[in-house]
Amino acid sequence: MSQTVIHLIMVFGVLGVMMSIAAGLIWVERRLLGLWQDRYGPNRVGPLGMLQPLADVIKILAKEDWVPPFADRPVFTLAPAIVVITVLLVFAVMPFAPGIVVADLNIGVLYFLAMSSLGVYSVALGGWASGNKYSLIGALRASAQMISYEVFMGLSIMGVVMMSGSFDLRRIVEAQRGLWYIVPQFIGFAVFLVAGVAETHRLPFDLPEAESELVAGFHSEYSGMKFGLFFVGEYLGITLISMLITTLFLGGWYGPVLPPVVWFFIKTFFFIGFFILLRAALPRPRYDQLIRIGWKLMLPLSLLNIVVTGGIMLAAR
Amino acid sequence: MVTVYIDGKSYQVDGQQNMLDACLSLGMDLPYFCWHPAMHSVGACRQCAVKQFKDENDKKGKIVMACMTPAAEGTRISIKDPEAVEFRGRVIEWLMLNHPHDCPVCDEGGECHLQDMTVMTGHVYRRTRFKKRTHKNQYLGPFVNHEMNRCIQCYRCVRFYNDYAGGRDFGVFAAHDSVYFGRHEDGVLESEFSGNLVEVCPTGVFTDRVFKKQYTRKWDLQTAPSICVHCSLGCNIIPGERYGALRRIRNRYNGEVNGYFICDRGRYGFEFVNSPMRIREPYLLSGEGTDTRKTLKEGEVLSALKAVIEGAKGIIGIGSPRASLEANYLLQKLVGPENFYSGASKTESGVVGQMLSVLSDGPVRTPSLREAANADAVFVLGEDVPNTAPMLGLALRQAVRHRPVERVTSELKIPRWNDYAIREAIQEEKGPLFIASVTGGRLDSIASGVFHAAPDDIARLGFRVAQALSPNAPVAGGHFEADALSFAERAAKALREAKRPLVVSGAGTRSSAVLQAAANIAWALWEDNRNAALSLVAPECNSLGLALIGGHDISGAVRAVEEGRADTVIILENDPFDRLDMPGAESLLRARQVIVLDYLPTHSIDRLQAAAAAGARVVLPAAPFAEGSGTLVSSEGRAQRFYKVFSGPGERSAESWRWLRDLLLELGRPGSEALFSLDEVLSAMGREFPALGGAVKAGPPSDYRIKGMKIPRQPHRYSGRTAIRAALDVHEPKPPEDADSPLSFSMEGYEGQPPAPLTARFWAPGWNSVQSVNKFQGHVGGHMKGGDSGIRLIEPAKAKETHYFTDIPGPFVPRDDEFFVVPLHHVFGSERLSAMSSGIAELMPSPYIALNDSDAELRSLTDGGEARVELGSFASFRLPIRLDAFMPRGVAGFPFGLPGLHGAVLPAWGKITAVKQT
Amino acid sequence: MKGKKLLGMFSILKTLWVVFLHLFKRKVTVLYPEEKPYIPPRWRGRIILSRDPDGAERCVACYLCAAACPVDCISLQATEDEYGRRYPEFFRINFSRCIFCGYCEEACPTYAIQLTTDFEMSEYNRQNLVYEKEDLLISGTGKYHGYNFYKVAGLSIKGKEKGEGENELPPVDVKGLMP
Repeated sequence: MSQTVIHLIMVFGVLGVMMSIAAGLIWVERRLLGLWQDRYGPNRVGPLGMLQPLADVIKILAKEDWVPPFADRPVFTLAPAIVVITVLLVFAVMPFAPGIVVADLNIGVLYFLAMSSLGVYSVALGGWASGNKYSLIGALRASAQMISYEVFMGLSIMGVVMMSGSFDLRRIVEAQRGLWYIVPQFIGFAVFLVAGVAETHRLPFDLPEAESELVAGFHSEYSGMKFGLFFVGEYLGITLISMLITTLFLGGWYGPVLPPVVWFFIKTFFFIGFFILLRAALPRPRYDQLIRIGWKLMLPLSLLNIVVTGGIMLAAR
Repeated sequence: MVTVYIDGKSYQVDGQQNMLDACLSLGMDLPYFCWHPAMHSVGACRQCAVKQFKDENDKKGKIVMACMTPAAEGTRISIKDPEAVEFRGRVIEWLMLNHPHDCPVCDEGGECHLQDMTVMTGHVYRRTRFKKRTHKNQYLGPFVNHEMNRCIQCYRCVRFYNDYAGGRDFGVFAAHDSVYFGRHEDGVLESEFSGNLVEVCPTGVFTDRVFKKQYTRKWDLQTAPSICVHCSLGCNIIPGERYGALRRIRNRYNGEVNGYFICDRGRYGFEFVNSPMRIREPYLLSGEGTDTRKTLKEGEVLSALKAVIEGAKGIIGIGSPRASLEANYLLQKLVGPENFYSGASKTESGVVGQMLSVLSDGPVRTPSLREAANADAVFVLGEDVPNTAPMLGLALRQAVRHRPVERVTSELKIPRWNDYAIREAIQEEKGPLFIASVTGGRLDSIASGVFHAAPDDIARLGFRVAQALSPNAPVAGGHFEADALSFAERAAKALREAKRPLVVSGAGTRSSAVLQAAANIAWALWEDNRNAALSLVAPECNSLGLALIGGHDISGAVRAVEEGRADTVIILENDPFDRLDMPGAESLLRARQVIVLDYLPTHSIDRLQAAAAAGARVVLPAAPFAEGSGTLVSSEGRAQRFYKVFSGPGERSAESWRWLRDLLLELGRPGSEALFSLDEVLSAMGREFPALGGAVKAGPPSDYRIKGMKIPRQPHRYSGRTAIRAALDVHEPKPPEDADSPLSFSMEGYEGQPPAPLTARFWAPGWNSVQSVNKFQGHVGGHMKGGDSGIRLIEPAKAKETHYFTDIPGPFVPRDDEFFVVPLHHVFGSERLSAMSSGIAELMPSPYIALNDSDAELRSLTDGGEARVELGSFASFRLPIRLDAFMPRGVAGFPFGLPGLHGAVLPAWGKITAVKQT
Repeated sequence: MKGKKLLGMFSILKTLWVVFLHLFKRKVTVLYPEEKPYIPPRWRGRIILSRDPDGAERCVACYLCAAACPVDCISLQATEDEYGRRYPEFFRINFSRCIFCGYCEEACPTYAIQLTTDFEMSEYNRQNLVYEKEDLLISGTGKYHGYNFYKVAGLSIKGKEKGEGENELPPVDVKGLMP
């Protein structure tokens, strides 16, 4: 088999797996939320309700593709696609297991940061193009939130980069063969986790949507498959952040007995579950609290982390 | 202005009214029953009790009735005083002792003054354990339903029916807690104002019998401000619609025009709108017989019309005095002024033209109905006012009380509002009202002098009166009977002594001479008294408006067709068979192509259907008044807007002006695109006819908004929106939009009080009944806030001297072989549209020919016998004879406009012969 | 103060733990079609029109239910029989709009309109949710027995002349002279 064919299989394999995970998460999230709220969750469609995503997809595709007359039509249509595309592109550099990676990029971390910064355009443009004041407020919140949290998201990984000496995700995983970075870089891990939640604007940091005050915020006016894309983007985002945490702090595919790729997914799903638990358990902070946590707590913490890591490394040299 | 104190606050009031009036005018809520702004106070119901204090140190006070307390300087009352509040609550409680548990099945429910007042006083529970007294009901005719159990003995009904409207077949019977209001036996109420009992009665004793058949609550009616089309006075009305049918007409208060009341013709004459015979879709007649009738689909109509217009060698348009200004104007625009015919008969259009020139070229002003009711001497010349303009008749009934009331108020110092005291003081005394008419009328019983004569003699009498009033007036020569001379002297004296003399005449006799005589009298009066007024009754609701547009009379149209100058006729809401003799109408309809715009099949349309023709005949469904918007000019010269209340079933009918506009646009006439909206049509008309320039101001423009909102046609409690159409389709359509007016077809919009021309209903918080009109008036019983609706278009010329009419006819000379047949008008029957209503059809007279007894005897005609009436060589009728002692010799009375009597163009000489019974 | 805030962080972790433990709690969900829930008698379900004890329609077409309806889903037209008894000519409820608030029942002066315990009225076609009088009218008195509006109203109907109602005196003889 030629290299190209393997690459193609890899590309479409990753794409297929990611999309399936995103779809499956619809069911997983609803089911888990149900269980944590003493309910059953969707349990009617198929065994244990597992075909619920299928039903949802059929419903969402059959819906009227409505664009409000006051919306900026091209931007309105483009916005949901951006979120999915940018997130999907990051998976290209994700090392699932030794050899299972689409593109082994030597600046994978920077690439991830760049792509996640682009993701904010989706929300900002979607909210603006809706021509609705709630959507616009949601979009503005998203922008401010993303900018704030991106700063220390990048900084929080710097400890890992410094320790591994590389921006290449594969090299970072390989550098954790002995000790997972969660131990020396615990502060970095904690900061990245929080930033990851904010970056995907998941609860409790879902202020851009905040349905109780902004009536779904930036996607108020969206319906049908456009809305579906935002949804898929969100689930892809959760998966991405979970995978990155796995890669950066939990030693990626390393683990005993089981094959590497299984370990990778076990760790990933643990964090996905954790994300859902956050949604089930925590209330949403106020907007000013969110920004304050970012700038006044998380940024100093991540800077401190870099200084300390750097100091220790210098001292150790 | 005086200062009164109500609940410790000072207010400025004009001092002429009572405290109830003052409180209500100041916008306060005070319950009442027997008091009515038009009928004043009697202090019977004890409901408006308040506490009065001597001065600011008086803490004890005494309970008085606000309606019997003058608003004098320094009057101190308290509405909120706990004792007064309790007193009012107790009064309601005992009024409710015998009131039945009927509200759910009572037609007054939801617009009941008693309900409102009960809620206002807070009475909620019937404590008495005794049984309720009951009454048997009476049949009172087709208009009013009687449910006597509900009566609270406020006496408003008798005070309106007998004292105000002059009825004589209604009264109060029995005593103490079993008083009974009704007739002495079952029977139809005689007064043409009986329908007002429905609005006057504060509870459900008198309810609308026509409405009862398809009863709907007030809050469910879609309403819009409208104008009555059944006579020329232009009374303001509120038609109400539900489920695509016009359900009822209610009075719309207009301080200058109809005030609180309308006549039964106006109230019950609306049923033609719901007629199953209505033309609902446009159709084309080609060839012969009804089976060739081809319904035109949405896209075909205009092209068919265009084909007709473009295929025409000459087009003439026949307008209509019952169509709106807009429709007549656009028809005139379509065919050109030289081809536009007013659609009135030669006599009628001559008379109306005379009327217009008298009013606009002469120096005397035409009064509004309010001003007419304030006249203190009235001379009625030739017009049978109660039948041709009933509300003017009601105004004259008030005018005759003026002089005695003024005497009593000044001599005995009884305030004007103390109605009972004034009535006791004046008894049967009447002010001057002189009537010269063809035959007896309903006002004769209150007149100071009555004179019956042929139209020419009436005119001569009028000229004689003018001669007596002014030396400048022409001298009426020739012979006068002694009684005529003394009548003229007495009338002239009364008019001369009056402060506000009023001369009333009109088109009833279709005699220009009578009008000229009336004008001479008014002008002669004007020389000494600038308050003199002249009221002329026009034949139809827009006769004067049409006269302002102009147009030849309809006989010219016949000639145009006969001479081949025109082969295409457009008939606008008119029936040539009502205006022309049979041969004339027939030859008009023999035009190659005919377009008819109408809402009901007329004799002409039947004829078109029956006869063959080479060209196309198109019938377009026009919208009657309730289904369209437009402007009418009343006989006062007041332009008033009526607004579309609802879209009729099928929604293919449209106002005539809209059809004509679409046709103009289709033809691509230059400038026609600037005639799109109602506002544009009106302003274009104003530019072309400066005299009609004011018509555009009859209502606010279509982009008028209050706080950015339209004014809703549906009340805020309108029910069933999501269920009305659900049986047809569960998906709800968008409500229709109205681009031509500031009103909307929904319940959303401005909830407060719109300006008077847009007031679609009377409702105020806590005031669900028609009494809520108090809250819409600047001063109770006065004018609407922001001014009454309507714009006067005709004002007198600022002349220094008057040019009297000098063309005095000679005395009427009876002929041996012929009678002079004059039209006799009937309030029920003489108007074509209202005659289609079931109740009015029931009460209208059957056809007859009225003759003087001695004339009949001479020709051996007997009362009730059959006679053949031949008018000219074309019109022949077989009619029963009715002997009428008041008819002048040599004159016969022919009922005007009764259904089935086509082709009689009156007045005319005619032969009357007995039909031998075989 | 700062310390307290830091401790607050642990309360967040505790919350997460407590919520996580709910995974093992009993579920409160009633699995409806298999398991029927308890419906209290005053449940506000499908609307019916009842009859009075004599078997005649109770509804007198007073329009109060329609006026009270916040979603305007009731429409009707009043008519009368030859004796003056009023009843609805048609009575329509658009259940696709109805919110089962029960205001119509509260507004009804004759106990005619009543809400029942039936809530299983789903349809695939919205049009089938439009109920006409024949769909609404039941043959009994519903929840309220014994009440007969026309017995206490002043109106005369067939079989009840003036003065024959409950708590009514015989009609006044207007021409009588007795005090």
